[in-house]
Amino acid sequence: MSRDDRIGLRHGAGGPAMRELVQSVFARGAGEARGDSVGLAQLDDGAALRVGDRWLVYTTDAHVVKPIFFPGGDIGRLAVSGTVNDLAMMGATEPLGLACAIVLEEGFERASLLRIQDSMERACAEAGTAIHTGDTKVMGRGEIDAVVITTTGVGFAERLVRDDGLRPGDEILVSGTIGDHGLAVLAERHALELRGALRSDTAPLNGLVAAALDAGGEAVAAMKDPTRGGVASALCEMAGKSGVGILLDESSLPVRPAVRAASELLGVDVLHVANEGKVVLGVRPEEAKRVLEALRAHPLGRDACRIGRCVGDSPGRVVLDTGFGRRLVAESDGELLPRIC
Amino acid sequence: MAESASIPSAASASPGSRSPLEFRDPARGRALIEAIARWTEDRQDDPVSIMHVCGSHEQAIARFGLRSVLPKGLRVITGPGCPVCVTDAPEVDEAVALAASGVRVLTYGDMLRVPGSDGSLDDARAEGARVEVVYSVAKAVEAAAARPGEEVVFFATGFETTAVATAAVLLRELPPNFSVLSAHKYIPPVMEIVAEMPGTRVEGFLAAGHAASITGWGVFEPFVARHEVPVAIGGFEPLDLLAGLAKLTERIRRGEPAVDNCFPRMVTREGNRRAQEQLWAVFEPAGGVWRGIARVPNGNLRLRERFAGRDARRRFAAEIAGARVPSGASREADACRCGDIMAGIATPPDCRLYGRPCTPATPIGACMVSAEGTCRIWSEYGETPLVEAAR
Amino acid sequence: MCLGVPGRVLEIDGLTARVEFWGVEREVRLDIVDAPVAPGDYVLNHVGFAIRRIPEEEVEETLALYDQILRELEREDLMAADVRGEMGLAGKAPDG
Repeated sequence: MSRDDRIGLRHGAGGPAMRELVQSVFARGAGEARGDSVGLAQLDDGAALRVGDRWLVYTTDAHVVKPIFFPGGDIGRLAVSGTVNDLAMMGATEPLGLACAIVLEEGFERASLLRIQDSMERACAEAGTAIHTGDTKVMGRGEIDAVVITTTGVGFAERLVRDDGLRPGDEILVSGTIGDHGLAVLAERHALELRGALRSDTAPLNGLVAAALDAGGEAVAAMKDPTRGGVASALCEMAGKSGVGILLDESSLPVRPAVRAASELLGVDVLHVANEGKVVLGVRPEEAKRVLEALRAHPLGRDACRIGRCVGDSPGRVVLDTGFGRRLVAESDGELLPRIC
Repeated sequence: MAESASIPSAASASPGSRSPLEFRDPARGRALIEAIARWTEDRQDDPVSIMHVCGSHEQAIARFGLRSVLPKGLRVITGPGCPVCVTDAPEVDEAVALAASGVRVLTYGDMLRVPGSDGSLDDARAEGARVEVVYSVAKAVEAAAARPGEEVVFFATGFETTAVATAAVLLRELPPNFSVLSAHKYIPPVMEIVAEMPGTRVEGFLAAGHAASITGWGVFEPFVARHEVPVAIGGFEPLDLLAGLAKLTERIRRGEPAVDNCFPRMVTREGNRRAQEQLWAVFEPAGGVWRGIARVPNGNLRLRERFAGRDARRRFAAEIAGARVPSGASREADACRCGDIMAGIATPPDCRLYGRPCTPATPIGACMVSAEGTCRIWSEYGETPLVEAAR
Repeated sequence: MCLGVPGRVLEIDGLTARVEFWGVEREVRLDIVDAPVAPGDYVLNHVGFAIRRIPEEEVEETLALYDQILRELEREDLMAADVRGEMGLAGKAPDG
């Protein structure tokens, strides 16, 4: 059996391999986009159905983060935030509610489960929503790794914000520092003993996004949360779907010193690292400043800044100006491994 | 999670007093680039050829987008400086055979996906073998101590800068179930081979700064005397790199073969004596095949006789014998030009496999697998399109 | 094979040092470092081992080296004054 006959870790990494899998296996029966729905074929953060003069947005996510407890968060907080954020990225900033299915491994500690539940409740409170229904299963020891949580969320959006609406001249904003979550988790997972100021940024962003949409309205042309695959993947997708190029300014990228140090030690590019409490936005130039100020006025957006702009040339490509020269930002495809050289 | 301190930009100094961490001032960089342009202004039609022999140099060049701004009169060639890329397929096969036989194999992340004749360690792992990534050889020793019932082998790759770490642990107390499969290599011999290769006209070498911090820059004096080409020791921050290139273009213009240490904060003439002693106490030079370059006399580092008990090649001779596939039978595509690319004779676009079917996701040769491989770096950082756009 | 990252030594315990890299700490082995190391020193770390102690004064030496390389051009009368002036300015990189 060749490599292609089996599913590999890269198929879950959020990059090109995963998109190919979704397209060739899951979406192959899906039709073209219809005017009143956004479905599988669009590969957006969620699905949307037109109901009256609004959109009903719904989304689902399975959470398998390892380790399940990490500095700044845990799998529970991630499960709630991830789904709330997927809804928000499409414009549904007031979730109607969440459903949560949890699969536990035999032997899982009840105390850990309580911790996770506390975390989920707190994240729900921050997002102004609740888990209304769920499911619980237990599998035998060794049949599953600790715990898997799948969260489904639903909400209405007055206006659907897609990830393919960019035009040349649009400004690219990010709501805060990048690389925090992925490096905190990577350091823990590989027991790299990197003690210090690495903390996940996992947080529900619906309030922040609502503030941005209130300020910018239709001028917010595209939004995405840069989770697996990092800012690089999110922008490559947005550029590709929109048919524009994106030029990033490296000196503008907001990165905490500890995160930059960890990325250099591990040989990992901060642009490829997952963020769980950030949003990247493409905003029409005339409203960019207003949206930026609205982000900064919000507690989760204090470090928001402009990191680049859309251009007409090299459509579909993201280029980084390093201060010395320019280079392409490619998507990484596969598990991020610490590299030594 | 509310600390919102000012975020230093990539170009600014790090916190605290003057720190040896940042040499990225773009203004100085532009001045050094201008210097290179002046030294090479008479070579527009016939560019000066400088070779570097360090994957991390290529990484730095690519990461900072330097090729898009280097002057037309200079051509920087990527030599065989990626230790992962030059690890021959049979060496990978040995590690894969060990893993398949039930031994726990630990290795650096870079090696995991390098294809051997029939699959990589990652493929073996997907089929159930015990393969793990470690960040440090010291971690591999700890893993062995934690699993006294299992045989644990560290698949050791890397040049001299990394081999010293392996040597250091082998000189200390070790759990009985720990051994090393050495695929370590030594750079200076391959520079000799390249300098004598008919295909290239390399006029100067940029030597790897961290390797030189171990060996010292004195090792290059006989080389310069023999081949009459200048060598500059270069570091990895953009300014270090550019300073090394500027010095080389100056020497070439003036016809002065010499060794220049452009990385004084890390490199001295004698190097790190303590590390050298440990290195040569444990390893001895041996001839071996470097992937794509064929035989490099004294280019491999093999465990000395006194460490025979820790040499996985001897300890698991039976398991490994089953894996030995003669190089001619290697299933690597005949069209793969990794060897020529590593020798500086070809660039990635010269290989007809580059981009299709050979990509980072579906690599064929090691140059595409390794994070420091030329093809991978060009593919990820977009060298060709950007260089074309700049010219 | 050169992913060496410099950091500052916080504490030493026999063969192991706790080293700080911009707020991130890691343990680093001292088996092969070339000089005695004390808290406050900078070391270059590669795969968990310190391979060099970086004397503070060599930072200055490096900057002096860059300037010396640039002065060579002055000697050759090649460097235009406007390029030297650029060194004092902050500005955007030239369009690549």
